[in-house]
Amino acid sequence: MSIAKNFFEIFSLPASWEIDHSVLDKKFRTLQLTFHPDRYANKNDFEKRLAVQTASTINQAYETLSSPLLRAQYLLKLEGFDADQESHITSDGQFLMQQMVLREALSDVKDCANPKDALVSLSIEAQQAAAKIQADFAQYFNTKDYNQAFDALAKMQFACKFVSDISSLEAELEEL
Amino acid sequence: MALLQISEPGQSPQPHQRKHAVGIDLGTTNSLVATVRSSSADILPDEQGRNLLPSVVHYETEGVSCVGYEAAEHNSSDPLNTLTSIKRLMGRGIGDIKRLGNSLPYDFAADDGGMPKIKTAYGPVSPIQVSAEILRKLAGRAELAFEGMLDGAVITVPAYFDEAQRQATKDAATLAGIKVLRLLNEPTAAAIAYGLDAEENEDTSAQRLIAVYDLGGGTFDISILRLSKGVFEVLATGGDSALGGDDLDHAIANWLCSELGMTHDLDPVEQRVLLETAKCAKEELTESDKVELDILDAKLVLTKDQLHELVDSLIDQTLSACKRAIRDAGVKINQIEEVVLVGGSTRMPRVGQKVAELFDRQPKCSLDPDLVVAMGAAKQAEVLIGNKSADDMLLLDVIPLSLGIETMGGLTEKLIHRNTTIPVAKAQEFTTFKDGQTAMSIHVVQGDRELVSDCRSLARFELRGIPPMVAGSAKIQVSYQVDADGLLNVSARELSSGVESSIEVKPSYGLTDNEITQMLQDSFSHARDDMRLRALREQQVEADRMLEDLRAAIDKDGESLLDTTELKCLQVALDELQVLRESCDDHRQLANQIESIGKSSEDFAARRMDVSIKQALAGLSLDEALDK
Repeated sequence: MSIAKNFFEIFSLPASWEIDHSVLDKKFRTLQLTFHPDRYANKNDFEKRLAVQTASTINQAYETLSSPLLRAQYLLKLEGFDADQESHITSDGQFLMQQMVLREALSDVKDCANPKDALVSLSIEAQQAAAKIQADFAQYFNTKDYNQAFDALAKMQFACKFVSDISSLEAELEEL
Repeated sequence: MALLQISEPGQSPQPHQRKHAVGIDLGTTNSLVATVRSSSADILPDEQGRNLLPSVVHYETEGVSCVGYEAAEHNSSDPLNTLTSIKRLMGRGIGDIKRLGNSLPYDFAADDGGMPKIKTAYGPVSPIQVSAEILRKLAGRAELAFEGMLDGAVITVPAYFDEAQRQATKDAATLAGIKVLRLLNEPTAAAIAYGLDAEENEDTSAQRLIAVYDLGGGTFDISILRLSKGVFEVLATGGDSALGGDDLDHAIANWLCSELGMTHDLDPVEQRVLLETAKCAKEELTESDKVELDILDAKLVLTKDQLHELVDSLIDQTLSACKRAIRDAGVKINQIEEVVLVGGSTRMPRVGQKVAELFDRQPKCSLDPDLVVAMGAAKQAEVLIGNKSADDMLLLDVIPLSLGIETMGGLTEKLIHRNTTIPVAKAQEFTTFKDGQTAMSIHVVQGDRELVSDCRSLARFELRGIPPMVAGSAKIQVSYQVDADGLLNVSARELSSGVESSIEVKPSYGLTDNEITQMLQDSFSHARDDMRLRALREQQVEADRMLEDLRAAIDKDGESLLDTTELKCLQVALDELQVLRESCDDHRQLANQIESIGKSSEDFAARRMDVSIKQALAGLSLDEALDK
C-alpha cells in the first residue's frame, strides 16, 4: 500500500534528527481526526479495514518519531544502516567503563541508607549521560558520519535500557 | 427538563434517517443502557422507572426464567440457578476461576480444557450465554423506548480486560443479536460523559491531564488521559480485572465467618447470606460509624475502623496500580489536574479518601458513578452511528497488556508493548530452530511477564509448508494487527516462499465461530427463514453502503486517480452489484460480488487515502474538500 511511505513524509516533515514535537503532536492529531477507524464506522468493510491499516501506520510513525531512540534507528535505516544493533557493540572503552560504574551504583541503591534519594541522583546522572550521547548522535548524523552515528546509536541503547531499569527499580521501591 | 431542539430551516434532519444507537454498560453487579436524546445522554429505565438492571440471570429447567431484579430475588433461595457476577468469568479458563477461590458459589461442569460452563437446572451454560441474556434484556428496553429496532451499540469493557475477555464480550453481543459499533473502555467512556473537554474551549491550545479511577463490582481500572480540543488521548491504563467491590464484600464476609466461628465448608445458601450481610454492612457504614448485624442467630458489631482494617490492603492494591499507570504515562502525579471517580464501589468514603490522599486533590464525582459509563458510551454510539458530526471528538485508546509470541525456552518476545496507542500493527521476523524444519508453531500470548507460563495464552496456530532450509536461514514474518476495539489478528508468512497462514485470534476460553453459529441457529431454530432473511438483509445493507461510498468516491476522485480502463471496470462491477442487490435473494452471491469489488478497488482506496492525508495536513478535511 502506498501509504507505507517514509514516516517523516507521512507528517510532511523533513527526515532530520531535530524535530519540533509540538508540530508533530498537532499533525498527528489532525491525521487521526481524519483516519481513525471511528471515522469509518459507517463505511463498508473494505474502507474500514483500510482505515485500521492507515491509522496503525500513523500511530507507528508517531511512536517512532516521538522517541529519540526509535527516531535515531529509523534515520539510520533510511540511510541504509539496517540497525540490528544487537550485533554491534561499541568499542569505546571510556563509555563502557562509565556504564559499568553506573550499573554498579544501581545495584547498590537498595543497600543505601536512603535508597529513594540515591536513585534520584543516579537518575539525574543517567539522564545527563543519555543527553550527551544524543547530542553526539546528532552531530555525527548531521555531518553524515554514519559509522560514528551507528556507534552512538549502540550507546544510546545502553543508556535507554539503563534509564528504564532505574524506572523499574523506582516502581519496586514504591511498592515496598 | 432538557430543552427540546428545533433545527435550522432547510436543515431539518430527516426523521426516518435517524438511527437508534445506545451505549451499554455491562457491569459485574448492574448493567445499564443509555441513549442520546436532544443532545443529552439519558439512561433508559425499565417499565417501573428503574435505571439499573441487576446483572443476574435465573435459570429453571425450561431455560431462563427471569433476568434482573426478579432474578435477584432467587439469590438466597436458589443460589445454584441464580447466576450473579458473571462478568468475572468472561474469557476465563477453569484455572483462573480456581484462582478466584470459592468466591463464586457455582457448580462447574466437567473441564474439557475450554471455556468453563456452569451447571444449572437447564443444563450447562457458558458465561457468554449468560451475558447475552443480560444484553438481550437491555436491548429490549431500548427497542421499547425507540418503538423500533436497535441499529447498533457501544458496549463498555474494563480498560484492563485482556483480549479473551474482550472477545467474549463481543461474542455475547453477537449472540444477543446486537451490532457492536465499538467496544469502549469504561474509564474513557466516563471521561466522555464528563465532557471534560468542554470546559477548556476558551483556550484551545490547552492540554490537561486527568485520571479516571474506576472501581466497579468486580473490576478496577485506572486511566491517565490527555485532553486537548476534543481529543481524548489515553496515555496509560492499568488495573486488575479481578478486583472490585465484590472483593471488599468477601473480606467482610470472611471476617463474619471467623467471628461466628464457622470453620466448616460453607454451603451456597450460607455463602450468599454472609455476602448479603457483608454488602449491607459496607453500605451502612458509608453513613454511620458502626453497624449492628443480625446474622444466623448471632449479633455482631462492625465499626468503621474495623472495616478500614479489613479493606485497606485491597484499596492499597488499587493505589499501586495508579502509581504504575502514572509512571507508564510518563507524567508526574502533581501534573494531573483532575481525578474522576467512577463505579459503584467509589461510593465507599474510604476509597475517595485514599484516592484524594494519593493525588493530593479532591476527586470529582458530580455525576452518578453508576450511570456515568453508560452515558459516555451513549455519546460515542451517537457519533459512530452517524447521527452526530464526529468532527469534535476523537478517542485514542491504548492496549492494556503487552502482546507477544513464545520463543525457544518458553520465553515471551513482546511484539506490541502495553499502553501502545491502537489501532496498531507490528511485524517481526523469526527463524527456524532445526535443519529442514518445515513447520512452525505460533503461540500468541498476552501479558507483561518474561515467562510464557506467567502470561495468558491467547491462541496457537501452525505455519506449514516452509521450504526445507538450514536452521536459522528461513525468515518467518509474524504480524500482529490490533483494531480499535483492542482485538487481535495474527498472520505468519515465510518470506522466501510466500507461504502464508493467518488467524483471527479466538481465545482458548472463547467460543469458536462454529459454536456461535450453532447457538445463533438454535435460537432461530423455529424460524430458519428468518435467519436467511437476516443474512440477506445484512448483505444488502453492505451492498448499499458500498455502492454509495464508491459512487461518491468516483464522482470526486474517479477522473483524477483512475485511468479510463480502471474507471470503466469499476463502474461495470458496481452496476452489476446494483442489479444483484435488487434482484438476488441469495446472500452468498451478493457477498461474493461485494468481496470482489472490494478487492479490485483496494488500490483506488489507497490512492484516495494518500490524497486525503495531504489534504488533512493542508488543513482541509475531506468534507471541506468535497464542498469546493
